[in-house]
Amino acid sequence: MEKFLLKYFNLIRAAIAILIGIIISVCIIYIISKEPGFSLKSLFLGPLLSKSRFGNFIETASPIIFCGLAIAIPFQAGQFNIGAEGALFIGAVAGTAFGVSTNMPAFLHIPLVLLVAGLTGAFWGSIPGFLKAKWNTSELVISLMLNYVAYFIGLYLINFHFRDKAAGYLVSYKLPETAWLVQFIPGTRIHIGVIISLGFAVLIYYFLYHTTLGYEIRISGFNINFARFGGINVFKVILISQMIGGFIAAIGGMTEVMGVHRRFNWQLSPGYGWDGVVVAIIGRNNPLLIILSSLFLAYLRVGGRILNLLSDIPSEMITVIQSIIILLITAEAFLAQWKYKITVREAKAKEVSSEPYT
Amino acid sequence: MENILSLKNIVKIYQNGVIANKDVSIDIEKHTIHAIVGENGAGKSTLMKIIFGEEVPQEGEIYYKGKKVNIKNSLDAIKMGIGMVHQQLMLAPDLTVAENLILGIEPLRYGVFLDLKKIIELTEEASKKFGFKVPLNKKISNLSIGIRQRVEILKVLMRNAELIILDEPTSILTPQETEVLFKSLKDLKNHGKTIIFISHKLKEVKLIADKVTVMRDGRAISTNDVNRLDEHMIAHMMVGRKINFKRIPGVKKVGCPLFTVKNLNYLSEENIFVLKNINFEVRAGEILGVAGVEGNGQTELVEVLTGLREATSGKIFIGKENISGFSPRKIREEMVAHIPEDRMKNGVAEHATIEENIIVDRYHKAHFSNKSMFLDWKYISKSSNDLIEKFKILTPSSKAALLSLSGGNIQKVVVARELSSNPQVIIAAQPTRGIDVSSEELIHNLLKDARDNGIATFLVSADLDEVLKLSTRIIVIYNGEIVARFDDIKNITQQDLSPYMLGIKKKGD
Ligand SMILES: Nc1ncnc2c1ncn2[C@@H]1O[C@H](COP(=O)(O)OP(=O)(O)OP(=O)(O)O)[C@@H](O)[C@H]1O
Ligand SMILES: [Mg+2]
Repeated sequence: MEKFLLKYFNLIRAAIAILIGIIISVCIIYIISKEPGFSLKSLFLGPLLSKSRFGNFIETASPIIFCGLAIAIPFQAGQFNIGAEGALFIGAVAGTAFGVSTNMPAFLHIPLVLLVAGLTGAFWGSIPGFLKAKWNTSELVISLMLNYVAYFIGLYLINFHFRDKAAGYLVSYKLPETAWLVQFIPGTRIHIGVIISLGFAVLIYYFLYHTTLGYEIRISGFNINFARFGGINVFKVILISQMIGGFIAAIGGMTEVMGVHRRFNWQLSPGYGWDGVVVAIIGRNNPLLIILSSLFLAYLRVGGRILNLLSDIPSEMITVIQSIIILLITAEAFLAQWKYKITVREAKAKEVSSEPYT
Repeated sequence: MENILSLKNIVKIYQNGVIANKDVSIDIEKHTIHAIVGENGAGKSTLMKIIFGEEVPQEGEIYYKGKKVNIKNSLDAIKMGIGMVHQQLMLAPDLTVAENLILGIEPLRYGVFLDLKKIIELTEEASKKFGFKVPLNKKISNLSIGIRQRVEILKVLMRNAELIILDEPTSILTPQETEVLFKSLKDLKNHGKTIIFISHKLKEVKLIADKVTVMRDGRAISTNDVNRLDEHMIAHMMVGRKINFKRIPGVKKVGCPLFTVKNLNYLSEENIFVLKNINFEVRAGEILGVAGVEGNGQTELVEVLTGLREATSGKIFIGKENISGFSPRKIREEMVAHIPEDRMKNGVAEHATIEENIIVDRYHKAHFSNKSMFLDWKYISKSSNDLIEKFKILTPSSKAALLSLSGGNIQKVVVARELSSNPQVIIAAQPTRGIDVSSEELIHNLLKDARDNGIATFLVSADLDEVLKLSTRIIVIYNGEIVARFDDIKNITQQDLSPYMLGIKKKGD
């Protein structure tokens, strides 16, 4: 039993944290809602109650997974690049621009559009990367500022060059069908991009833990002096880790455009890049755990949206509830003491059985 | 005599299940210097951290001045009058030496503002009183590890603690500095202080301690009056066998120069010559030892030689190839191994596993990875476990975090990696720092084997015994200059080197 607890400690910890979060949310909802039963149901079960909502949940997870990965790679390299939001936005704009201006068969069009988006994102990630590697400027500050630059450049491009005047609001032309990602479950908008995101997570996991470049990235993140001492080209690592991050974030944005809306329709920055930071932290920068944490966050987001739509709870309160849950599972020390106690008992048992005191 | 501290049946189990202290009981008498010795990983530092409130034991009792106490954190310990110098130095890297010294006991003006003048005054006074010269206005991060050790010691001495714990304070001090420290420690003892002193240098234990406790595998197996034992007996108790302290036999065959340095200069950022016109060559099959007091340019010299720092002028050759300006990777490709003086800063990534630390110079090579792209973890584990066995690194697994090793075992990981990298030139700075006598013997033998196999070794060590024991030839460095060269060292002793190290004498080339 105790062995089991130790082995799955992190999962159990997350489960308990979520449980406590739920209890707190229940209390809050009971206090402020006139119809608490219905509100609770919307928040916690809402995403499961209809096929289309479930579809919503899965489809929301996809760009969050991408952005979580996009943040995790530079984080593992010790680079606090939080530019996923900007890379996603500018990459999706570039991909859309390329998509609406070209014509070719789908088997070429889809990968090329994704590639254009990805390379644009990679370029975007390379800016703070290069500045850091060359002049040791703060990638945190630069990537943050670049998010705004991306947003305004993107809007400008869509508005003045690719705007579909026939539509009543600010959106791009529709992508030709050859650049669509198929929605393969009828009654939902779950699209191929979801599968691509899962594929990326597995790929990135393999990349980080089983390839030499992944090793270089992680070692540089642990101790950059040591990496340099060992002969790792840290200039390359700093630059490449942020480029890969930008690449993945942009793919995430582009698949969303290609699979859900089929045209660029963000007038506001969608915020997936920030969710990416959250899921990367909750998932300890581990790509496989990021899948789980992204599903969790997407569920919470969709539940919140339903709650916002159907109940009397103000959206600010919903954000508070979400934040409490997130806070609880991010807390590193939470329950660590408990785990330690079990370890101590186990070690003593072993000591007594194997090596009697002399 | 009265005990200032009594430990009774202490048991300490770490988060990963390692039992570091198994039922340890020790009495520390007032007004004594009490040495604790034992192999790497025996549990010495753990026990000290318990006394200083940094680790909490699972079982056992602590009595301080006759009263049972519960030390929950270091603040408690400090309040009780306990001070500690840590094995892994703990200074704030971005503060100056003076600021570090005064941390926590800052003199204030109007109760809020730091009194900068007073700080300098106080620290200067302390530095004079205890005989430790330290650059008060320099940032810690710019200082060599030896100087940082001096700062750390001074910091504790200044605090006027009643019980002072020194966890390997001399691991990187030169004999002259050790002498100064020991004089201070004796003074303190005469003024009624009590000192717990950990060292792997049994000579020092013999010289300064009144009592010595031997720890083995987590247990305190004996406590004796020091004057009833000699070095060999203590070593025997520690490891259960005899240890050889003699100089290694002379060189068989010296080849042509493998590692040559010509007219090397290095100017610091403040435009001061840190290295002045350095010239030397190391031939195949010999060990060139560098003697010198810490902070006379050794750190910079080694960093320049290994590509971590760029020389201002001068040339460095491996064989006939000029490698000045090469990156660390390219220098390693010339088969140069580097044991760095500051293992925590350059030598390891403490949050990575042991394996990941071992492969840093070879992960891209055949067997360790496929086509330099895909790591072969099976092979990596196998080769790491071979090294763990060969170097007797104490750990439950090659996948354990490096952080969970004892200080000496971390050093062994670094040495194991570098000596197994198949080098033709070895640049070793403080190679046996913090390593116990039996592993030191092992490493010394490996360096000797390397020498006999035609490798050129450049050895920098604060430990003059080590320099004298291993070297074929010796150069002495003072103030960034080579001030003496000894080509035949058979009859050379510490006393012969000392005046040059202290800058009292200088020999023309
Ligand atoms: N933070 C930690 N987590 C887990 N295990 C640890 C930790 N620190 C030390 N240990 C283990 O506890 C044992 C005792 O370590 P300790 O540092 O007390 O040894 P030591 O006698 O000081 O050795 P050294 O001479 O090498 O400094 C070792 O087996 C070590 O691996
Ligand atoms: Mg220790």
